[in-house]
Amino acid sequence: MTETFSIRKYLRDLKLPFCPGCGIFTIMNTFLRAVHELGYEDLSKFVFCSGIGCSSWICSPYFKADSIHTPHGRSIPVATGMKLFHPDRDVVIFGGDGDIVGIGLSHFIHAARRNLDALVIMVNNMVYGMTGGQVAPTTPFKTKTTTTPYGSFEQPLDAARLATTAGACYSARWTTAHPKELRESIKKAIQMNGFRFIEVVSQCPTAYGRRAGFKNVGEMLKWFKEDAIQIQQVEKMSRRELEGKIVIGEFVERRRPTIVENVYAMIKDVQTHGR
Amino acid sequence: MKLLQPNKYFWQGNEACVEGAITAGCRFFAGYPITPASEISEHMAKQLPRISGIAIQMEDEMASVGAIIGASWAGAKAMTATSGPGFSLMQEFIGYAFMTETPCVIVDVQRTGPSTGQATKCGQGDVMQSRWGTHGDYSAIVLSPNSVQEMFTLTVRAFNLAEKYRTPVILLSDETITHMREQITVPPLDSVKIINRKKPRAGETAFFGSEETAPMPAVDEGFNVAVTGSTHDEYGTRFTADPVVHRKLVESLNNKIRNHTEEISDFEDCNIEDCQISIISYGCTSRAVYEAVEKAEAKGVKTGYVRLKTIWPFPEKIIRKLAEKADKIIVPELNLGQIYYEVERASKGLAKVIPLNKIGGGELITPEELLAKILKEAEKND
Repeated sequence: MTETFSIRKYLRDLKLPFCPGCGIFTIMNTFLRAVHELGYEDLSKFVFCSGIGCSSWICSPYFKADSIHTPHGRSIPVATGMKLFHPDRDVVIFGGDGDIVGIGLSHFIHAARRNLDALVIMVNNMVYGMTGGQVAPTTPFKTKTTTTPYGSFEQPLDAARLATTAGACYSARWTTAHPKELRESIKKAIQMNGFRFIEVVSQCPTAYGRRAGFKNVGEMLKWFKEDAIQIQQVEKMSRRELEGKIVIGEFVERRRPTIVENVYAMIKDVQTHGR
Repeated sequence: MKLLQPNKYFWQGNEACVEGAITAGCRFFAGYPITPASEISEHMAKQLPRISGIAIQMEDEMASVGAIIGASWAGAKAMTATSGPGFSLMQEFIGYAFMTETPCVIVDVQRTGPSTGQATKCGQGDVMQSRWGTHGDYSAIVLSPNSVQEMFTLTVRAFNLAEKYRTPVILLSDETITHMREQITVPPLDSVKIINRKKPRAGETAFFGSEETAPMPAVDEGFNVAVTGSTHDEYGTRFTADPVVHRKLVESLNNKIRNHTEEISDFEDCNIEDCQISIISYGCTSRAVYEAVEKAEAKGVKTGYVRLKTIWPFPEKIIRKLAEKADKIIVPELNLGQIYYEVERASKGLAKVIPLNKIGGGELITPEELLAKILKEAEKND
């Protein structure tokens, strides 16, 4: 059986701006395919929010939907106000690693803590791509970037694990070399409540790959495939064996009361009992 | 739920601000604790849930403005409140709210700066920041209350202007006005003029960049609105390099406010047709003016005043008119001179403009100090 599917039905009639070989194409395709497989004929169930950076352009303005493109790192607070006042829509946030866990890190942790009803999809290209390839909080140790010309001297942040610790209901990490797993993960996350986080390790051949020593996109995807370790295997491995590996899989899946549930329960209580 | 009853109340300024906001239709508040504005957050947290509104304490001031902007796009009238240090952090989102034409109200209860300064003491050092704080070309609407009553009425007006022009409006108050208690009169609520944002009709697609203020859809109304702080056309489509789109957008957003300066401007004046000395003041400093003017008149010095209830856009016309009549204009401020320069610019050399400044410790300019200055300037022949 041949299934005909085109993401065009979800997109505005605009030319996409991303570089050839960018991982964003895979992520955009995978997200919309997940939405399609869940049976949504359009995006009217969702409101999209994003900050600044290449991946913040995924939804804004290309998705045919309500979308709010905020200042750098501030998509989560804007989404918080929007979701609290208007809880009917499903909020999906797109952002890069710099946006979500660099400048926006505090908002990210607090949103997980307060269990904001939103799905955050973080495209982790391990670099500030839009500004030309500067070191990011996610850049692997010793990697050369434009602001670490002799190699990065800092340890990268593990966003999927941080989200888990901070209280997320769902946290997972995949790479653009794992589109099927990513699609199933997005489908699951869309159907869950509370704070959901999916990190997608993605290739930026333009601003990261060529300086980090990758000849082409294929080499980067090969890296993702070969160095990806399923989270179930982590326990059996030593710290040394894990060095430089990309841990993929689902870090947590649980149910906690969300902020929307808690706030509206409080309002009801105040109005019923006057306290 | 029981709404506010028309009556006389004995309120603190911050409390009156909250009641004014709720009267104007505010149903979403986000804030971060800071002296001397915290009572606004506290009172909002108590009052809003009673009328199905939401008040939340965010992780910082940036998140607070972000949340009210999000709520505004979800259809809410929304507000935040802060003081100088928090106001500095909010500048990023104030520019964003201007660029995206998001109605919202930001209360800045001024204290002594720069930096942490004297956290509990009154000041008026944020006047220029309220006009020029964010980057790029923009126009600000800034209101300045001088009583608890005006903390109520000007908060209502701040919401009305925000809704009418789809822009952030700043209520620039100060520690003295917000922490003092006075009797205020709340009129019957149906007599209070309330303006709500213009909504689009079905099928409309242009929501941005009109000098006449474009209609604003909320998310979830089926308009697929694309909101962005990047340069955009009337449909919200981003143009990151096109000079024409940028000029058209930014000029329109500025003209939307500048073309209505007369309508936005509000002031109180006395004896301006016939005065030798005049005082231009605003906020807490203006409280000393009434007594000083009365005493100066009693001593035979013809004295008048203009008290600014809106600071930005700057009411140049009335200043110019005053400069034509008076020989000298005294500008008392709890800073080292901010509005003074604006007055000097607007009076075009027609009157001598004299600053009277004081900073530190929350000490106000007293009627006696102002009177002494008036008498001294009246005697001097320059």
